[in-house]
Amino acid sequence: MKRIGNKIIDWIDERYDLTPVRKLLKHKKVPSHKYSAWYYMGGVTLFLFLVQLFTGILLLLYYRPGEESAYESVRFIVTEVKFGWLIRNVHSWSANLLVFFAFLHMFSVFFSKAYKKPRELTWVTGFIILVFTLAFGFSGYLLPWNELSFFATKVGTDIVGVIPIIGEPLRNILRGGEDVTGATLSRFFGIHVAILPAIFTMFLSLHLLFIQRQGMHDPEHFKNLPEEKKKYIPFFPDFALKDFLLWLVVFNILIFLALYFPWELGNKADPFASAPKGIRPEWYFMFMFQTLKLLPAHILFIEGELFGVLVFGVAGFIWMMIPYIKIKNKSDWKVQPLTVIGIVVVAFIVIMTILGYIL
Amino acid sequence: MLLDRRKFLNVLLGLGTFGGVVAIFYPVFSFLIPPKSAEPKVNSVKAGTASELPTNSSKIVKFGRKPVILIKTEEGQYKALSATCTHLDCIVQYKQDTKQIWCACHNGTYDLNGRNISGPPPKPLEEYEVKIIKDEIVITKLG
Amino acid sequence: MRKSFFYLPIYALALFLTIGFYDGAEQKNKTAQNSKEDHCVSCHKENDMMPKGFSENDVHRHAELSCSGCHGGDPSSDDESIAMSPSKGYRGVPKKKDIPQFCGKCHSNINIMRVYQPRIATDQVSQFYTSMHGKKLLQGDVNVADCTSCHTAHNILPAKDPRSTVYALNVPPTCNKCHGDKELMKKYNLPSNQLEEYSKSVHGNELLNKKDIGAPACNDCHGNHGAMPPGLTSVSYVCGMCHINNLQYFNATKMARAFEKQDFHGCEQCHGNHGVQKPSDNMVGVGKESICVDCHNEGDKGYATAKSIKISLDKLSDLYNLAETKLNEVHQKGMNEVEISFLLQDAKQDLIQSRTLVHTFDTVKVNSKTKDGVAIASNALAMAEKQINDYYTRRNGFLAATLAFLLLVVALYFKIKDIGKKNS
Repeated sequence: MKRIGNKIIDWIDERYDLTPVRKLLKHKKVPSHKYSAWYYMGGVTLFLFLVQLFTGILLLLYYRPGEESAYESVRFIVTEVKFGWLIRNVHSWSANLLVFFAFLHMFSVFFSKAYKKPRELTWVTGFIILVFTLAFGFSGYLLPWNELSFFATKVGTDIVGVIPIIGEPLRNILRGGEDVTGATLSRFFGIHVAILPAIFTMFLSLHLLFIQRQGMHDPEHFKNLPEEKKKYIPFFPDFALKDFLLWLVVFNILIFLALYFPWELGNKADPFASAPKGIRPEWYFMFMFQTLKLLPAHILFIEGELFGVLVFGVAGFIWMMIPYIKIKNKSDWKVQPLTVIGIVVVAFIVIMTILGYIL
Repeated sequence: MLLDRRKFLNVLLGLGTFGGVVAIFYPVFSFLIPPKSAEPKVNSVKAGTASELPTNSSKIVKFGRKPVILIKTEEGQYKALSATCTHLDCIVQYKQDTKQIWCACHNGTYDLNGRNISGPPPKPLEEYEVKIIKDEIVITKLG
Repeated sequence: MRKSFFYLPIYALALFLTIGFYDGAEQKNKTAQNSKEDHCVSCHKENDMMPKGFSENDVHRHAELSCSGCHGGDPSSDDESIAMSPSKGYRGVPKKKDIPQFCGKCHSNINIMRVYQPRIATDQVSQFYTSMHGKKLLQGDVNVADCTSCHTAHNILPAKDPRSTVYALNVPPTCNKCHGDKELMKKYNLPSNQLEEYSKSVHGNELLNKKDIGAPACNDCHGNHGAMPPGLTSVSYVCGMCHINNLQYFNATKMARAFEKQDFHGCEQCHGNHGVQKPSDNMVGVGKESICVDCHNEGDKGYATAKSIKISLDKLSDLYNLAETKLNEVHQKGMNEVEISFLLQDAKQDLIQSRTLVHTFDTVKVNSKTKDGVAIASNALAMAEKQINDYYTRRNGFLAATLAFLLLVVALYFKIKDIGKKNS
């Protein structure tokens, strides 16, 4: 096995000179410390994205966008196509896990302050990727064209409409019309399988390129260690194999979830039926949804919903710009102000999400 | 026979990799093979050839979950109606002598447009559209 | 400017007065019109002497046939001696015996009735006199039903109106007003539990609980005005109005002939009359609940036929139930039950038809139908079992895949450890 492998590598080396690749693999190393486990989060997120890409392409072979065929084609996939149930459920579960790990990865980077110079753009591109991941989730959710997804899309796109001046035109562009219809489905399909993947790939490539170029961030406590105490493990093969190991475990969990907790088909969307009780968005939008629900109808002279949307918009922007914002460390504080902000944000998201389900 | 540790480990690794690859690619390749009914029957159903259906006769066809009665009248016209009686859900039949649709359960009668004309049925039968495309009978939902 | 302000209210006032006067005049006209016909109503209303159960919805009132339309007299006069004078045609309240003629004055005359409803029947009175109610009434019996007993006197509504006492859903309680009165019925040697029985029957349940007006009420089997219990030979024909196959099959059998000879009442003999229940398969055969063994004994041909028909029915019925249970399991497991459910619809049809064919008392005919049903139900059962197997196969496949991954993970873990050791 090894001999054949070496022969192939030699063949490529002769033609394309793999020296820079060899150098990178030989020298790239990853710090090994108490919190090294968090280094894997980005890789897991990437893996889940690749699963999405792969299962998404497979689903594309049978899915048919369009009011009259979307739901039926999904039903066809899960009942008639061999292993269609598996591919569809893996796709649905992986989407949710992807969002979860993306947030986890982002917060781990935040709390270890890895976004600081020189890695500001890695953070910015990462934030953009996170937003795109949510957009993937939102657009993909409509595609099975069932009751829940229809109304979730209606509610979600309604919120866009509250922005003054540009809100309504923007909403109509998203919806392909005034209401959520087959036109919306076509549009979301195009967005989900073509527009988003194209732009996402661009930003993802930049994000990965930056990481390759700059290597892993050394956390504070690691930086302050004397040189000989700093432990590293080589990226290849050690870290890469550990990464792969974790990917296998995550993959196994994924197919377990797909089999034992299958996604429902639901009822076909009927634009003329009234919304079923307890309609709510997917869990990763829940905290925003719940916040908007709790805001009073008017705050000063601004409508409550609009206020909420604006606050989230501004907050998101600030969050993206964190690497450029200077918050001084207070020497007498046990927990630094920046960390406090981070904890507050995490707590807010978690509490609002829980409230969204129990209220 | 003692295998040295490294070799043993490599064998295990090889087996595991092989197993893993099969576990992934077997479902994927099976997925790619088109199933028996190559596409989802959405809003239309094929119901055999027009030349094979004699005039003044009928047959029951499956439309999704629902039975539909397809009738070829004496004049050669095609009618497709829901075959579930609107009274108590028995399957209706076409009577060749009276040329009406009849439910044997409680003697309910419908005309060829599905209108309930006698007996207990409270509502007419739902109509479907019939198209003949190259001698193939295709039944679709109305509207 | 100021001058027009002054004159404006005057013009407005003039306008108001004109309109008011006009309106008032119209109202007066209307009352004048009304008062042309309704001194009867206004006077009786004033003195609180309206007939019991009077309703403005009454169909005769709507057709502008006020009191005088039936009772005669002159409604344009508010003087009682003129309004209720026999010279003006006043007939007063008719005696019970005379009520059919009283109503029949119009209702038996097509020339009068066609003005209001061109297609209405005019044979109610003649039919009535053929019924027990009519016959007894002519003999002077004051306890039997007359027109008003069922239709009421002053709250008459068309039978299609859901508020009517003779609307399908209301017919059983209307008949029961007298026929449920034990003391009254004793005088005629009639039972008084018909409504009770009927309410528990399959027809009563459909009509009274499920509000299905396709189900028979009293008048559908007994007739309306010519109400009589169905004659001995005609019970089957009455049932056969809806249960047509059962009638046709039964009438062609030797059993029908034998029933006639024994003065048996056709369908009623096995199924009962008012309390008819949804039949059970156990009514056929030679078991405890079987009706066949009421006449047939072991050794005779009928006994053997009954036994074999029951076996045939049971075969299909058991298989169908089994297939249905499996279908539910498939559904509950989240697997695809669409095709299976469609097949079972067909098997159910065959089962229903087999049960109807019991009335041929012909084993061959029943067997041929149950055979069809068994084939379909077997197919459905096989499909259901395949779906259930697939469900477990998926789980087994997952287990196998997990084991493969587990092997890989463990091997990889040790490999990584080895490499780590090598590096240090």
